[in-house]
Amino acid sequence: MPIEILMPALSPTMEEGNLSKWLKNEGDKVVAGDVIAEIETDKATMEVEAVDEGTLGKILIAAGTEGVKVNTPIAVLLQDGESAGDIGKAAAPAKVEAPAKAEAPAAAEDKAEATKPAAAPVAAAPKTEIAADPDIPAGTEMVSTTVREALRDAMAEEMRRDGDVFVMGEEVAEYQGAYKITQGLLQEFGPRRVVDTPITEHGFAGVGVGAAMAGLKPIVEFMTFNFAMQAIDQIINSAAKTLYMSGGQMGAPIVFRGPNGAAARVAAQHSQCYAAWYSHIPGLKVVMPYTAADAKGLLKAAIRDPNPVIFLENEILYGQSFDVPKLDDFVLPIGKARIHKTGKDVTIVSFGIGMTYAVKAEAELRGMGIDVEIIDLRTIRPLDLDTIVASVKKTNRLIVVEEGYPQSSVGDHIANQVSQRAFDFLDAPVITIAGKDVPMPYAANLEKLALPNVGEVIEAVKAVTYR
Amino acid sequence: MATAARKAPAKSKSDGKSGLSAPKPAEFTKDEELAAYRHMLLIRRFEEKAGQLYGMGFIGGFCHLYIGQEAVVTGMKMALIDGDQMITAYRDHGHMLAMELSPRGVMAELTGRRGGLSRGKGGSMHMFSKEKHFYGGHGIVGAQVSLGTGLAFANRYRDNNNVSLTYFGDGAANQGQVYESFNMASLWKLPVIYIIENNRYAMGTSVSRSSAETDFSHRGASFKIPGIQVDGMDVRAVKAAGDLATEWCRAGNGPLILEMQTYRYRGHSMSDPAKYRSKEEVQKMRSEHDPIEQVKARLIEKKWATEDELKTIDKEVRDIVADAAEFAQNDAEPDPSELWTDIVL
Repeated sequence: MPIEILMPALSPTMEEGNLSKWLKNEGDKVVAGDVIAEIETDKATMEVEAVDEGTLGKILIAAGTEGVKVNTPIAVLLQDGESAGDIGKAAAPAKVEAPAKAEAPAAAEDKAEATKPAAAPVAAAPKTEIAADPDIPAGTEMVSTTVREALRDAMAEEMRRDGDVFVMGEEVAEYQGAYKITQGLLQEFGPRRVVDTPITEHGFAGVGVGAAMAGLKPIVEFMTFNFAMQAIDQIINSAAKTLYMSGGQMGAPIVFRGPNGAAARVAAQHSQCYAAWYSHIPGLKVVMPYTAADAKGLLKAAIRDPNPVIFLENEILYGQSFDVPKLDDFVLPIGKARIHKTGKDVTIVSFGIGMTYAVKAEAELRGMGIDVEIIDLRTIRPLDLDTIVASVKKTNRLIVVEEGYPQSSVGDHIANQVSQRAFDFLDAPVITIAGKDVPMPYAANLEKLALPNVGEVIEAVKAVTYR
Repeated sequence: MATAARKAPAKSKSDGKSGLSAPKPAEFTKDEELAAYRHMLLIRRFEEKAGQLYGMGFIGGFCHLYIGQEAVVTGMKMALIDGDQMITAYRDHGHMLAMELSPRGVMAELTGRRGGLSRGKGGSMHMFSKEKHFYGGHGIVGAQVSLGTGLAFANRYRDNNNVSLTYFGDGAANQGQVYESFNMASLWKLPVIYIIENNRYAMGTSVSRSSAETDFSHRGASFKIPGIQVDGMDVRAVKAAGDLATEWCRAGNGPLILEMQTYRYRGHSMSDPAKYRSKEEVQKMRSEHDPIEQVKARLIEKKWATEDELKTIDKEVRDIVADAAEFAQNDAEPDPSELWTDIVL
């Protein structure tokens, strides 16, 4: 029986990709291990190897086709004695071909599965209209851009603008970035300004801080912030404190950036949110964007900032698209929250990937007649408490959503501050929704349980609105 | 376990590949000898005064004195050109004086006063001067090694011919980030001189009790960084090694290690009674190898200075130190508003 060759997944959570090239033609003999095609996602290309022996009977998906869903049949392999006439008989047990020689780590692309609400589906709910950002002039043309592209554009623009800006980290240059954030930078700026480092976080973080003390403006990429724990002494003791210890003579204009928090199925040591950790430290600024526009405008601001800035990205958001204003020099203020959607019944404060839960819950709650205001913090330190307090004075109810651990969380701090500054305005206790108080488990079902979910947000809103 | 005679490694003065070996001590002119004498004496007297003020309660916290090691920073400073940077750990008062930071500013920082170099907010271990290219003053053992490598990275980036002098002790030489830095410095040919001040004790632990390889000039071997052992008690030997090392770096050869064999007379910090070594050991070093006495003997022997002339220098140095101490005791504490300044720009 002819064998269907299926579109393989580059990572556990990849949903679709482009079939860029066929390396075998119809009628070609194929043995196991032969490279038959190339597929690509927005961050990597990969060769597809045959698992079985036979003749390539028919190509079902032409080269150059975009958006091919994982597990779609892309070709049919004929076995000995079979001919094209047998193709109609092709049936399961189809085999997904083995992805080989991936040119990027098999990293999560979209955690849609993991973030789907445990509660009712939200597909039918109308999309949340993102409120206009007062920092973007009305009428500005908007271009749909992924977070990944926005980050790259921000670095490229700042490197064009200032010769003292350079980027260093593991795989940032020749590999084009472990998550393809630095794609194209080596080609444009050369190896002097796009520097591949050995795998030595503690060392290169210190080298970056030293270069910053000497007046350069390094962007230090951590492949993920989990690895920055190796370097945390340099980040805190050297970068954050030097300005104070020198009586203002010398500081470290440096950006530490990279993916933070849980990706998908990478388990305990690779799934941790550091927002609360770094937000504890005077001398640091901590930025954690959700949208591509914020990623771009805030990364540009971070690079120009004379202080050390921790810039927390999220792997799952990298591939998501948002409208980014088409402006020659789009820089957003650090330390200012953005009202993502205005509302009057309850305030949900979140940041980074946490916003995905808030946005989905809002859509559903709207269907129940609850008018939610969503505040995207964007910056964790300095924290824009004024915007939060003003919103609470209007809605009298507050929910904070984040993926980090619950004890000493960002939400805890906000709840404390709001209780001090707006106690009389609260009609219900502040509810903080966080990741569960456990290391991140590997199993898909347990991972889902360990993270916040939309159902929890909805339940919290119902609780504080006494519904 | 076989206890078979494991031959002690030969005291190689070179890595065998670079062709580098410890140069002969520099021939000093009269002016150089006198300058070295004055600079080392300033550090000695300054540190003695700091110890005194600590005992009187004017200086708090940790205070690590440099007495005994003066030749290391003094000789290296003589090999520098404008723009060369220096960075070290917490035994840093001597380095700051060598880089010509003001004695008043250093002493007032030790007493935590507003006229201190960090306006009273850094203390003994944390002082900086952008103007004098002194990058601290760091309290975390070994952290300055990565930072100093970063200073060299900036030199290379700017192609400015300057060299980073990155100091650390025999204790810090066992920290992991030192080797991460060695690797990058050698890989990228960064102009950094790693100056290991081997004063034989990492706090209370002797080199032989803490280090598998006690020849620190070999510590760069895995990274192809040549190293030289230098008599760190002889300022002329240090100067000659400094000349060789700065030339090596400026020629684009990458990093170099100088192991300065030196000795601290005092405890690790003011609170260390130094019971891990004998009084005789200290006394022997003081009487036979004191860096200042060596210069003094040469000056007298060559008749480049009389006892009286040297006393005059001594008096001038004491006056500078007394003025610094006077200032540091009487200057006001920082304004309370300083608590909230210089956190972010």
